[in-house]
Amino acid sequence: MQQLSRNGVLIDDTFAEAFGMRATAIIITAPTLKWARQAAITMTGYATSVIGCGCEAAIDVDLPASKTPDGRPGCRVMIFAMGTDDLQKQLKSRLGQCVLTSPGSACFAGLEGTAPLDLGNSLRYFGDGWQISKKFGGKHYWRVPVMDGEFLCEATTGLTKLAVGGGNLLFLAADNAKALNAAEYAVAAIEKVAGAIMPFPGGIVRSGSKVGGKYKGMMASTNDAFAPTLRGVVDSALTPGVNAVLEIVIDGETSDAVAAAMRAGLKAAIDLGPAKGALRISAGNYGGKLGKFHYHLKDLLP
Amino acid sequence: MKALTFSLLAQPDERLDLSCLTPAALAGLADVQIAKLRIGTSRNPALVGDVFRITGKDVNNIVFEGGSSRFDKLGAGLSAGAVRVMGDVGNQAGRRLSGGTLYVDGSAGTHAGSGMINGRLEIKGNAGDYLGGSLAGETSGMEGGLLIVRGKAADYAGDRLRRGTIAILKGCGNYAGYRMIAGTLVITGRTGAMTGYLMKRGSLLLDRPPENLSPTFMPCGEPDIAFSHLFDRFLMDEKIIDKPLLGPKPGKYGGDTAVSGKGEVLFRQRYR
Repeated sequence: MQQLSRNGVLIDDTFAEAFGMRATAIIITAPTLKWARQAAITMTGYATSVIGCGCEAAIDVDLPASKTPDGRPGCRVMIFAMGTDDLQKQLKSRLGQCVLTSPGSACFAGLEGTAPLDLGNSLRYFGDGWQISKKFGGKHYWRVPVMDGEFLCEATTGLTKLAVGGGNLLFLAADNAKALNAAEYAVAAIEKVAGAIMPFPGGIVRSGSKVGGKYKGMMASTNDAFAPTLRGVVDSALTPGVNAVLEIVIDGETSDAVAAAMRAGLKAAIDLGPAKGALRISAGNYGGKLGKFHYHLKDLLP
Repeated sequence: MKALTFSLLAQPDERLDLSCLTPAALAGLADVQIAKLRIGTSRNPALVGDVFRITGKDVNNIVFEGGSSRFDKLGAGLSAGAVRVMGDVGNQAGRRLSGGTLYVDGSAGTHAGSGMINGRLEIKGNAGDYLGGSLAGETSGMEGGLLIVRGKAADYAGDRLRRGTIAILKGCGNYAGYRMIAGTLVITGRTGAMTGYLMKRGSLLLDRPPENLSPTFMPCGEPDIAFSHLFDRFLMDEKIIDKPLLGPKPGKYGGDTAVSGKGEVLFRQRYR
């Protein structure tokens, strides 16, 4: 494989392969940012991959009080799924179990999409007849009485069909600490990109996968080509000196958001250099036949 | 294109029904045809040309130069466009208004905004009885939209209000929010007796603790609710008021328990 070099970091001439997804966004507010984030973190727990969790979700961005509908601090959460029904089901159950229950929370639409998804429309029945409908300013809200006052929730949010899931970067480093350092720098840069989330723990995944496996029923199994302990015994993608690999997976509201996030992550890891971070940066794909969106690393270099 | 302007020639000597002078009704009509429309309500009814001088062409932007308390049903059925009245209007201004904006630079008679469905009606002066209310025999009053009275409203404001927002900025008479079904009634300034009497659901939002509520309203404490922030911001964004109405932790009464008791009176606390 041909390689380019930037600041001493080798860049594989390859591409990340990504898929079209359905996505939505909501704004969660609370009396303090701590509690808005707590509701958001709880809601986006166990949402790393659609394969096992039904959806992929994370906090997109924190919002100051001046930028939220009710003038309290909050954050924007994005949720991705493969189909509209899956997305609605995940949204309803996560909202009901994690946001409705969180102290002082309120919830608003975070996206003006092509179709509505129910928010308060599906939770209002918790009010047992005491829920209050309010329509003003072209929007519809539900107010549900709860033990600390009221859960205020917009009736619907928007759905977009232009979302993309599966943008990724692989950081190949001399040891675990350097791989983690490179990935953390990249995560910090990508967090500043609006409309893009990284659903894995802290934005980073260490168990990258390939499609299928030798055991029946396994939809995905370890990406042995990038497992350093198998370098000598399988058809490895790893060069001598690489002893750890970490991956960042990116879902974006649009294809442009994914590209912008990958560009920001690449720049951060390249600026860090090989001595403290990655020796080499690559990306994961399936040969280009499965995903509609291809992000070539050479097009995204700083 | 200049606004289609009806300049009042002299005070009319009969009550006028101006419901035919809306953008939708006048679209495609020449000045001569408009001048022949019947607006009088007496045995020998006046025509538009008898009462107004007509200038301008833009039917989506209608202006009445001069007003009268005999201008009934002005802007009734308005569905799009803008109508401005530089003076007073009579009864049922903006009746069943479903879109567009109606601005009255003076005061309005009874039943202003009665049965409104959507759109915006703003009255700079005072409004008569039954603001946004239902006519006799109707089961609901205003059903949507935004109705603003910069001055005072008389009795029974928001009678049978079902949806939408009414804001009265300089106080109102007795029985505000009478028989409210739902919706939001904002009142700044003094309210008269029996505010919210027999309201089933809906919100009465006041800038001070209510006086003379029916004894069937029950105090519900001082809940800290996000809705007060959200609605205060809406009122300020719409330039209805320039400072928060409720503020944090508004006081609350629930009622009217003489009926379903699902309504609320939220009010700004005196010490905030």
